[in-house]
Amino acid sequence: MTAWFQSTFLGVELGWLVATLILILMIALPLMLAVAMIIYADRKIWAAMALRRGPNVVGPFGLLQSFADGLKVFLQETIIPSSANKILFLIAPIITFTVAQMAWAVIPFGSQQVLADINVGLLYILAISSLGVYGVVISGWSSNSKYPFFSALRAAAQMISYEVSIGFVLISVVLMADSFNLSTIVLAQKGHVLGFINGFGFNPMLLPMAVVFLISAMAETARTPFDLTEAESELVAGYQTEYSSMSFALFWLGEYANVILMCALNAVLFWGGWLPPIDWAPLYAVPGMIWFFAKILFFFFVFSWVKATVPRYRYDQLMRLGWKIFLPLSLFWVFLVSGFLMLTRYGA
Amino acid sequence: MMQIIAFYLFATILIASGALTILARNPVHSVLWLILAFFNAAGLMLLLGAEFIAMLLVIVYVGAVAVLFLFVVMMLDIDFAALRSGFVRYLPFGALLAVVLAAEMLFALGSWRAGGVQLAGRIAPVHSASSNIQQVGELLYSRYIFLFEAAGIILLVAMIGAIVLTNRPRGGVRRQNVAAQNARRPKDAVRLVNQPIGQGVEL
Repeated sequence: MTAWFQSTFLGVELGWLVATLILILMIALPLMLAVAMIIYADRKIWAAMALRRGPNVVGPFGLLQSFADGLKVFLQETIIPSSANKILFLIAPIITFTVAQMAWAVIPFGSQQVLADINVGLLYILAISSLGVYGVVISGWSSNSKYPFFSALRAAAQMISYEVSIGFVLISVVLMADSFNLSTIVLAQKGHVLGFINGFGFNPMLLPMAVVFLISAMAETARTPFDLTEAESELVAGYQTEYSSMSFALFWLGEYANVILMCALNAVLFWGGWLPPIDWAPLYAVPGMIWFFAKILFFFFVFSWVKATVPRYRYDQLMRLGWKIFLPLSLFWVFLVSGFLMLTRYGA
Repeated sequence: MMQIIAFYLFATILIASGALTILARNPVHSVLWLILAFFNAAGLMLLLGAEFIAMLLVIVYVGAVAVLFLFVVMMLDIDFAALRSGFVRYLPFGALLAVVLAAEMLFALGSWRAGGVQLAGRIAPVHSASSNIQQVGELLYSRYIFLFEAAGIILLVAMIGAIVLTNRPRGGVRRQNVAAQNARRPKDAVRLVNQPIGQGVEL
């Protein structure tokens, strides 16, 4: 498509710009639609596990609930606390929302179906996800209010702690795949186990890292067992306490876009991305995107399931899990994987 | 064309946010401007084709170092008047530092323009077959292996030093024994009693 635009009157550079902008919209708009539907799915799953009905009034089966909520939030008055730092107060939700979308640039939806097929894709994801904390920290500080500030401090410490173990997990995947490029990582998983099973997660050596990554992803997105940043029993609503209307909605959308991103990363890094689970020709008749979305939905179900069943951690337990269990474990696993590769792939 | 626009955009924002880092009155604003400066420096690195360095800059400086800065600065209770008062006293030292930096940059630029350095061999390899990371890795683990390991050892020593310096034994702290907590079973902690009416509870 880029080549076609470049061949028109726009020329090479403008054509590239127009084509890229259209591609960005092709990812961002469905993503927002997906976020709306996944919020609905989250509430439905949660309700089903609590033996409730969940949203069932707006539209058939309540399918339009998220849009109704969006409209309601859009029509609300934006309240800015008089003692807040106004500019930062308004920038913070924008940062969260933007950063949540930026990372999608390097996610491969199928073979060759990726916006930016860069060599440092995984590092890009790490870099962007480390930016996510700023939205929370800045909103907590600029609200000029006790509970949001506590929440900001908690968020800063929590995200740094779990990013360390996520980094080591990614290193072991990179060692196995021999590349930082996400498409190459997916292709390296083709027939990885016994020659016909696609996915690093099926390899018993990488399965523990897949579990560590799943749990760290929950901590990184501050989902329920680790949602200390918005613990309503202690901090009202955490960093979002002072927010209303669209600025609140941006946090909300960004948070769920991040959750979907983490589900997508689970699928790409450990469970074969757009590849079917088994390397068997008829399965490739199903488009790669379908497999990818199915995996994302499965992991989202796991996230909701955990949210509905597991009680919230205490803060010291959260820190202990991150620093005393996941960090040594993932560090040891980097040694294990690299040692194994030295013995097998690169010769002793 | 696009690269030139991007370069001037990144460079302008970088310089402006660098200046605002030292001009901002509020230290939290300072740190936020610093973060913006890091980010734009990463953009400049990308334009040079040094994608690995750019990503590391964002991951390490923006993602970790600046978060810790912000963490500390947010909790400070700063008296802005006291902060301004020492300006004249620190001015000579600051001016000295500025002169040293300016001289160093002058020397570096001068020797570069004089052509003593083979510049062509030093630009990041953009259009080569192997990726940026591979080339950095190959250099780092072959030619500069001792320097690399020395840097690692220095960091390790610094880390241990920081831990030793801040680790002061505090008396009277009740620590949690997680293994004991997990080993506790309901029958050790809970007793079900079918208490007859009219009799006191035996504790």
